[in-house]
Amino acid sequence: MTSIGERLPRKEDPRLLRGLGRFCDDQDRAGQVWMRVVRSPIAHGRLVEVRKPGSAPGGSVVTARDLPPGLRIPVRLTVQGIDLTEYLQPVLAADEVRYVGEPVAVVLADDPYEAEDIAERVEVDIDELPVTVDTASGTKAAEFELGYGPVESAFAQAAHVVTVEFDVGRHSAVPLEPRALLADVDPATGALRIFGMTKVPVFNRDVLAGMLGVDENLIHVHAMDTGGGFGVRGEFYPEDFLVPWLARKLRRPVKWVEDRAEHLVAANHSRQQRHVASAAFDENGTLLGLKDDVLHDNGAYARTHGIIVPELTLAMLPGPYRVPAFHGRIQVMLTNKTPCGTYRAPGRFEGTSVREQLFDVAADRMGIDRVELRRRNLLTADELPHTRAMSTLGTDVVLDSGDYAGLLDKAMVEADRLGYRSQLESLRERGHSAGLGVAVFLEKSGLGPQETADVVVGTSGEVRVHSGGTSLGQGIETVLAQVTADALAVDPAVVTVVNGDTVLQPFGGGSWASRSTVVGGSAVHKAALAVRERAIQLASRMLEVSEDDLEVAAGTIRVKGAPGMSVSYAEVATACRPGSPHLRNDEPAGLSARRRFEVEHMTYPYGVHLALVDVDTGTGHVKVLRYLVAYDVGRAINPTLVEGQLLGGVAQGVGGALLEEFRYDDAGQPQAVTFMDYQLPTAAELPHIDILVAQDAPAPGNPLGVKGAGEGGVTAAGASIAGAIRDALGLTGPVGRLPMTAERVRGLIEEGT
Amino acid sequence: MKDIHLIALAVNGNEHEIVVESRRTLADVLRHDLGYTGTHVGCEHGICGACTVLLDGEPVRSCLVFGVQADGCEVRTVEGLADGEELSDLQKAFSRCHGLQCGFCTPGFLMLSEAYLSEQDTVPDEAEVREVLAANLCRCTGYQGIVEAVRQVAEERMG
Ligand code: FES
Ligand code: FES
Repeated sequence: MTSIGERLPRKEDPRLLRGLGRFCDDQDRAGQVWMRVVRSPIAHGRLVEVRKPGSAPGGSVVTARDLPPGLRIPVRLTVQGIDLTEYLQPVLAADEVRYVGEPVAVVLADDPYEAEDIAERVEVDIDELPVTVDTASGTKAAEFELGYGPVESAFAQAAHVVTVEFDVGRHSAVPLEPRALLADVDPATGALRIFGMTKVPVFNRDVLAGMLGVDENLIHVHAMDTGGGFGVRGEFYPEDFLVPWLARKLRRPVKWVEDRAEHLVAANHSRQQRHVASAAFDENGTLLGLKDDVLHDNGAYARTHGIIVPELTLAMLPGPYRVPAFHGRIQVMLTNKTPCGTYRAPGRFEGTSVREQLFDVAADRMGIDRVELRRRNLLTADELPHTRAMSTLGTDVVLDSGDYAGLLDKAMVEADRLGYRSQLESLRERGHSAGLGVAVFLEKSGLGPQETADVVVGTSGEVRVHSGGTSLGQGIETVLAQVTADALAVDPAVVTVVNGDTVLQPFGGGSWASRSTVVGGSAVHKAALAVRERAIQLASRMLEVSEDDLEVAAGTIRVKGAPGMSVSYAEVATACRPGSPHLRNDEPAGLSARRRFEVEHMTYPYGVHLALVDVDTGTGHVKVLRYLVAYDVGRAINPTLVEGQLLGGVAQGVGGALLEEFRYDDAGQPQAVTFMDYQLPTAAELPHIDILVAQDAPAPGNPLGVKGAGEGGVTAAGASIAGAIRDALGLTGPVGRLPMTAERVRGLIEEGT
Repeated sequence: MKDIHLIALAVNGNEHEIVVESRRTLADVLRHDLGYTGTHVGCEHGICGACTVLLDGEPVRSCLVFGVQADGCEVRTVEGLADGEELSDLQKAFSRCHGLQCGFCTPGFLMLSEAYLSEQDTVPDEAEVREVLAANLCRCTGYQGIVEAVRQVAEERMG
């Protein structure tokens, strides 16, 4: 029985479709108090006083003065050895506020409407200080370089040097469910149960334990259904300390639900960067060297992601190409805007947008076809594995497997088959400003170092998996059930997956960076195989035959060639109960196994995006008419879910390329605080998207051969759409910036560059 | 003194009487007072459509309707679509077409689509379905599976 590779319907669906999912705000507790955050209305200033409204009950307004002193939220991943302590965000602002939306106090009430009333009447006195919104004039929090090879000599001997300047706009994940948190306290012991911290619950539990000064075992974080993650949700934010801390202090359940206006200024922003990138080519269009100088706008503080977005920007910039020499420098600037973190394909959306524009401009200058220039410079299958003398996220960059040019060719053939080029031609004949953009990209996935999983078989034969992954909508329950079912040779219907529960799985790493299928799936695979082995061992005792004579099929362990001689997993599980005659004295009870999977390096999926756009030269409106993603995922556990990840990624990428931007005025006031100003793409803005999932290059570094699928739909969306707009308008230079809102497209048309 | 009212409403055929403040939204009444948590709140300003329910058969954004306005009305929520464990044709199509990922927008899309489909007597083309579904936001699926599900059910229902 094989479950891997099947398009199984999702285990998540029946409950979610019936409205029976359990999202954080669906929980209420008797006697709970509601927390509401009072946020700074000013981008930068000295905090003079926070005044409780006269009518509000005592203790209903909590400020930094009421908290243990000096609390700051730590960085989750330190990279390049850079210490950011100085720039960490306090839980509540004490002396200074640095962005609009920074928490300065919280209000408590028995009812959320009342909490909001009180919060609105809290007076916050702030002496305004100068505001920095321009990235270049911010405070430099970090600066570092990555690269290898003799870049200067590569540029010195080049026949062609091409440079582009490119800005990527500030946008972010904006999951549909706002953040929420409920902490329920056992008044007797102070033990906490926390709902709503889904992403890296074990890490957050540990941070919280440290900040509260309690043992981590006093904190039980429960997995919940979650309305989308994409990087921002589930990181440790100020509220993640405040809610549990208040619950312990008040000995009552405390609940907080963010509203959308808060979310847009409080949750991590991402992406804002300014690049000056150059490429050196010889006379045949062979790449000799690549350089990039980047200004990264990180907003007001260093949050939990620290500087991993800047690091990944540089480390992934060379992408799938043969780049003999590379040098990247990045300056991480702090400004008076919402702090930043990762968002789906962090660093790669940005870098791919820039690099692929560089290729387009270079191809035109050298008179080489844009696809051909790429094909010439892609690393070949024979050149892999390919080590780049750089590290990122604490691991060396070793591109493991792939056939980049092969996938590019497949994508072009598929696009022709689907009529992309003929449609482009006919549009142009009819006088449309239409264009086709092609972008090739490298992704990364499967960040270790480890993941732990338990597989437990019950006496009914039901299999439970306690994984450290977390369900953010990606379908990981179904995927892990398929992995388990495959290893145990059982029907996936008997497998139940419980993700992200810190008591059941206290060592889980969470779901981020497209790692849960790769690292979590491999841990589950190992644990399931261990259970299978143990079942065979017990079955051999029960059936009194040698283990070698046994095989596992269709949920039973049976004697080869002897029909009728078999035991079920349920019977084996029963034989593992204490008191069973089959259990030896020194053996632990239960049919279960905990296994850990460790990886040395990440695995690198890759892909190609094609966009066909039609630009209305009067309004500047860009319509995406066709979109194709070709992506090699190594091995697809469930192809439907891989396609779903890619489809969703494209939609977010189209948003980032054309619509979504957090803009600020000169006083640092955010201009996008509702869905009227922050525009997510709707069904009407998106075309039917074509997907080609390839499995040509299984990952050598994990037993399943899988590579992550979470980010490949978004990575090159900015690049392909920018390329398509450039093509449509016949620009000689780069598009210059994303998002290409209608206003900016009109600007480009007027400039006529 | 709070401004409170006694209202009566039927949700998925169940009669409820409840005391609410006049400013309390229908979404909060359904979710927190009556326990129909399937209806979700994504923006509270009428854009995302996650909170869509049917009020006397019409799709409304329950974050923009006050509970008192539903006095005497019939409300249908996502919990009312399935027949016990048996999913409706539309729910099945959503699952079959991978029209949901996190599932947070799903109740709103189901209710919107249900209202739309009930008014159709021909099979709509993709562009029209996209225009209609553009009333609601989904951040996960890229809408493709949702569009496909609605089209399939339209075809099935038209026979
Ligand atoms: S929550 Fe009602 S429209 Fe968004
Ligand atoms: S499925 Fe997540 S918002 Fe639609």
